[in-house]
Amino acid sequence: MNPDFIATILLTGKLAGLTTVILFFLGFPLAYLLAFMRFRFKAFVEALINMPLVLPPTVLGFYLLVAYSPQHLPGSILEEWFGLRLAFTFEGILISSVLFSLPFMIQPLQNGLKAIPSSYKEAAYTLGKSRFETFLKVLVPNMKPSIITAIAMTFAHCIGEFGVIIMVGGNMPGETRVASIAIYDEVQALNYEVANQYSMVLFILSVGLLTLIYSINGSTKKGQ
Amino acid sequence: MLQIDIQFPMLTASGKRTLEVCTEIGEHELLCLFGKSGAGKTTLLRILAGLITPEKGKIVYKDTVWFDSDKRKNLRPQDRNVGYVFQDYALFPHMRVEENIRFAQKTSDENAIDQLLAYFDLTNLRRQLPHQLSGGQKQRVALARALAAKPAILLLDEPLSALDNEMRLALQDEIKKAHHLLNAITLLVSHDVGEVCNLANSVINIRDGQTSKKYTPLEIFRDEMLVRKDRLQQEISFLSEVLVV
Repeated sequence: MNPDFIATILLTGKLAGLTTVILFFLGFPLAYLLAFMRFRFKAFVEALINMPLVLPPTVLGFYLLVAYSPQHLPGSILEEWFGLRLAFTFEGILISSVLFSLPFMIQPLQNGLKAIPSSYKEAAYTLGKSRFETFLKVLVPNMKPSIITAIAMTFAHCIGEFGVIIMVGGNMPGETRVASIAIYDEVQALNYEVANQYSMVLFILSVGLLTLIYSINGSTKKGQ
Repeated sequence: MLQIDIQFPMLTASGKRTLEVCTEIGEHELLCLFGKSGAGKTTLLRILAGLITPEKGKIVYKDTVWFDSDKRKNLRPQDRNVGYVFQDYALFPHMRVEENIRFAQKTSDENAIDQLLAYFDLTNLRRQLPHQLSGGQKQRVALARALAAKPAILLLDEPLSALDNEMRLALQDEIKKAHHLLNAITLLVSHDVGEVCNLANSVINIRDGQTSKKYTPLEIFRDEMLVRKDRLQQEISFLSEVLVV
């Protein structure tokens, strides 16, 4: 098989995998905060997090590209202090992908946390358990379907992301050329056969992940 | 001794009311909070557990101040050492019966778990998950779990309301057992006169947020019977008027 093809698929998997891991640890505290706490500007924070659901990816991509640019803040500081350049690099598309997939991780987690009867949490508190222990031992085990949905949705969405990545990453083989971009590129070059290979991999992965989500959610509902 | 003197604004069916409670509960007392639903009984239990913060007042248990609005002191539920049996029992669905009880223990003690299981007749059910239990069994697990933490005060929020009559009578004995085993203060929310008479040493009536003085269960029973008698008389006189017409 074509080494370029394999490199591109691996890069796509690496981007989606890393994004999902980062978002899992970033998303859980945020989802907890949104589900249970009341604070100022909460509506605005929720709007910001969920913005990628409605905003054209090119808009976010454009502003991220401006932010990454060494001519502007914070890109200039990153370049000067850390020698880090984000435009057209893997790190750059990773950050974009984390921001853009935020709602896909947070919404299922937030809904999962809210769906747990508050008496479970209160019972654990009256039994002397701290918030953190209650979270780990009472809340998390009772929201497994939501956790699996959040992870699978985030991963699947990352694999399919196109607009933001082409804006901030371009099409650099081995660095920012992920499968969705390679498809576009191959079609432009009239290589329909390669485009079909990429498309088939993405298609099977997406259907597989969604089938997993629905089968798990279906079976837990039956079990209850 | 538990001293309560608190005020809490709440929204009831008949509009805004302030829940005002000023009373003292002695050691070993089984006090019943009696009244219609929406009167503020559950709110008072939740305030005592630290799940709701009252607007004003003071709660002192023995020498420990749990809540003092003047000194801005408010102990977290975790630090109050109360055992709370929720109306829906709030058993953790992913833990087996014995795991629910073990989770409540502050220091692990397998003997104590065996004793509690035996005491509430749960030994055969120890490996069951909560969804496999009947309502009465769940209630016993909830009592055993609350006691496993060795609480200073046991708070029971209408623990029998979801059960049928026969089961209620059987479980009233379990509540008595729990109270004796703990040998501390128990507060029980109820709107059932029979339950109150069978269980309580003393009763406080809550009506629209206002609390009465402490009654004996017999006095409450007599009042309730008087109310029922009045209602019956009214109905009879209404019926006789209808017949005359």
